[in-house]
Amino acid sequence: MRRSVAGKFLPLWPLMLAGCNRHQSALAPFGLEARSTLSLTVVLAAGGLVIALGVAVIYAIAARAPEGRLTHERGMRLVLWLGAVFPTVVLTALLIWSLPAMRPLPATGQDLHIRVEGEQFWWRVAYREAGRDPVLSANEIRLPVGRTVVFELTATDVVHSFWIPGLAGKMDMIPGRTNRLVVKAEKPGRYRGVCAEFCGLSHALMAFDVIAMEPAAFDEWLAVARIPPRPTDSAIYHRGEMLFAREGCGSCHAARGTPSGEIGPDLTRYGERLTLGAGILAPTPGNTAAFIRDPHRFKPGARMPAYRHLRQDEALALAVWLKQSGAQEAKR
Amino acid sequence: MSDKRRKWHERLQVTLWTLIVPPTVWAVHFLFAYLWAAVSCAKTGFFAEFPTLFTAGTVLALATISLSGWIAHRQTRLRGDPPPHERGTDIDRLRFLAKSTLLLAGLSFVGVLFTALPVVFIGDCR
Repeated sequence: MRRSVAGKFLPLWPLMLAGCNRHQSALAPFGLEARSTLSLTVVLAAGGLVIALGVAVIYAIAARAPEGRLTHERGMRLVLWLGAVFPTVVLTALLIWSLPAMRPLPATGQDLHIRVEGEQFWWRVAYREAGRDPVLSANEIRLPVGRTVVFELTATDVVHSFWIPGLAGKMDMIPGRTNRLVVKAEKPGRYRGVCAEFCGLSHALMAFDVIAMEPAAFDEWLAVARIPPRPTDSAIYHRGEMLFAREGCGSCHAARGTPSGEIGPDLTRYGERLTLGAGILAPTPGNTAAFIRDPHRFKPGARMPAYRHLRQDEALALAVWLKQSGAQEAKR
Repeated sequence: MSDKRRKWHERLQVTLWTLIVPPTVWAVHFLFAYLWAAVSCAKTGFFAEFPTLFTAGTVLALATISLSGWIAHRQTRLRGDPPPHERGTDIDRLRFLAKSTLLLAGLSFVGVLFTALPVVFIGDCR
């Protein structure tokens, strides 16, 4: 007996389950919009299945029925009702039901605005509240649960797309244009977002962490993030600071207590970040040092030059300094 | 029955010209919808919440299509002359045109409805 193509790969099917997760999946929503999209998808899939089964049943009956069982007129009536009226009514009902879900959530100027700029291959993040200076960050987005948040999305080089599958649908980031995406997170936790529009060599390595926090915890975090960094008096701090200055890191990156460069990701609170290199590596000192010495090994096409001339202990000292400074910020 | 005693709509006859009424209304409404969206977005940045003028235009379009569909429907139901209507006689031509108008009216009605619903429900200009 011939087995179908799908049948031949049957043993591999369970592997697809390995793709299931709760941190980056439209099937595991933690936001209002993603939840309504999921229920729409489930209803559409179930409805489509019912219709397909119905068509199969009618086909089976029609194939077995003797010729002439249905008069020409009744046949035409069947075509009219099942072929034209039924699909029209179903599609109209679906349209009316799904249209309200396509309206953006209402937002006001008082809501938290987060400006995210896509750049090859990282994310520039600025938390903006009415009447206050923005808080700068990179490659990580923190959200208060239960509050409306407005994302202002744009890009500086090529078209990117901002997608947090568990929170909302994707939205293009287009150079010279600001798109708005209004969201509301519903469940605290750690999630992941990605670039969903091919943007160059490291497109697949352009991701970010999303942390949905309880509103009080978020307010506290934002308040701490506003406090200007204070230098710590320790040997490790001074060595890191010296290396950061000596290698000219500050011409591209802002970090605590250093002249601020704006070309690369802001490293001020690097220590509290959950990943390194826009969602691709664990931010251990070892990984950070390796990234500094050869970023292109991890991120082909990245603009950051390689610092291979740094000795391993120097790169590590720099990594530890970056890691510590942020961690102290987070603890305070 | 003389012409005078028949109702006004029964005196109307489908022709090739009335056949194109429903799709023409659909096309005009479609253009109207796009112009409406373009003008609203350019002027205010969003659609009006309940666009009265647009809804009135849509109702008018649907009414025109329904009317031509109804007239055509009446004429498909004249007694006698079973299908198929494929001969070059007057009555066959009339029934063919009437049936075609009716089907086109159905299609145009749904077309106008599907064009109008997003305009009314989605106020977003993106």
